[in-house]
Amino acid sequence: MLEVRDVSFSYRAGTPVLAGVSLCVHPEERVRISAPSGAGKTTLCSLIAGYRKPCAGDVLVDGAPLPDRGLCPVQLIGQHPERMLDPRMRMRETLREAGALDVDLMEALGIESRWLGRFPHELSGGEMQRFCIVRALMAHPRYVVADEISTMLDAFAQAQVWKTILAWCAQHDAGLLFTTHSNALAAHLATRTFELRREDEMRARPESEAV
Amino acid sequence: MGDQMGTDAHAQARAHASGESHHHHTHARGSVHRQGCHLLQVEHLSVSFRMYETRGEGLRDFLTAPQSTVFAVRDLSVAVHEGEIVAVVGASGAGKTLLADALLGLSEPNARVEGHIWFKGQRCTARDLVALRGHGISLVPQSVASLDPLMRVGEQVRGVAASRADARARAQRQRQLFARYGLDEATARRYPHELSGGMARRVLLCCALMDDPSLIVADEPTPGLDTDLAMRALADFRQFADQGGGVLLITHDIELALNVADRVAVFDGGTVVEETSVESFRCEERLRSETARRLWRALPQNGFKVGTDA
Repeated sequence: MLEVRDVSFSYRAGTPVLAGVSLCVHPEERVRISAPSGAGKTTLCSLIAGYRKPCAGDVLVDGAPLPDRGLCPVQLIGQHPERMLDPRMRMRETLREAGALDVDLMEALGIESRWLGRFPHELSGGEMQRFCIVRALMAHPRYVVADEISTMLDAFAQAQVWKTILAWCAQHDAGLLFTTHSNALAAHLATRTFELRREDEMRARPESEAV
Repeated sequence: MGDQMGTDAHAQARAHASGESHHHHTHARGSVHRQGCHLLQVEHLSVSFRMYETRGEGLRDFLTAPQSTVFAVRDLSVAVHEGEIVAVVGASGAGKTLLADALLGLSEPNARVEGHIWFKGQRCTARDLVALRGHGISLVPQSVASLDPLMRVGEQVRGVAASRADARARAQRQRQLFARYGLDEATARRYPHELSGGMARRVLLCCALMDDPSLIVADEPTPGLDTDLAMRALADFRQFADQGGGVLLITHDIELALNVADRVAVFDGGTVVEETSVESFRCEERLRSETARRLWRALPQNGFKVGTDA
């Protein structure tokens, strides 16, 4: 079980982005994290996947904190693939960070072998994102965190990518957390929705986005 | 219904630059040729890249790697009329962003761009396109990494002012735009890394709307925005077009595009395979190309079908 226990986070002292967030996810669940733009969804995702450390609270997988070294049992697929890839590494090296190449997975996601020798700037946004997905799944995570991962994909690729991820998660008994602004997509994917609510004191935040 | 297929005698009667053919597209009801020309006309555009073929990983393979030319966009034609939004819809990796880059003169150094581009009836050279960037043609880039990481976003949107009065006008315009997109004064003083994905996207939109362009090339402007904000952005494009501007809206989100666009150009395999009015896109039968039909079917509300799933 993935446990987020009373997690708080602030980029600047005095302006918390997250305060007292708690969430439990079982491996068989697919949980949508829902909140308006700028409310801290991406920050929460990066905390869960160990990209950042919470200022207070814990992130536990099966009772243990996330490891500092080695492959993390929670893998993040980010919103902006161009920011998740090392611009100076060819795609083959990038994938090898997570172990031996999984050819079946690459095929399922429509990755062509000639792309392996390219640098990220020689790929389209959607192509980069597919590499990010393969890299995350090749690390054999217990939980996959998908932060708005299919917005740069066309409808066809979006369906292909999500089918692959769902099949992989079912096969490997991995849980899924995701964010999306598309209700149609969320209805198709989610078993449950987690509303990321802001604490009362945060309404006074100057950057509150009343839309 | 109101569109004319293929040949349109109405436009043919106007004076066009020699060699200019625009019969590859289907008009929408509102497609007009003011001043007898398209706002933007792209003919036979090709973009290719010189690349090294790396076969092995040894030094010898590295030093002797042969070069080859990869065509990414081939013989592409598309047109934008004044007062019109043309949505360029296509698969990821089809070359949509390369089209935007070519229009703005922002192609990679190893890219070779060929073809003809007319803007307001004037044939443009590569240098003209660079001069038009921000002064006639504005881009909403796809990547939020396009923001300068070392500059506060408010300053980036305001840009360089010619005079003090201009600076005041620009500051006011920036505040208006930020208010419109739910970004406050504190946000204007932040750096790009302090913004969420959706906020950065809105800042990019503000950048493009800041200068009074004639044509906006918007490359995936809505990812990361919730439906309300996305619809607001598209409504702004609609308003911009209704005031006589033109918008080339590059997106994979057919549903969103169909809500605002007048015409849709379906992009596949590096070229436009179908350029048609939005009405034809409302039902599957009126789409001529297989690519368009396949995209339509893969939408979540049309069954989320991949490939040849029944």
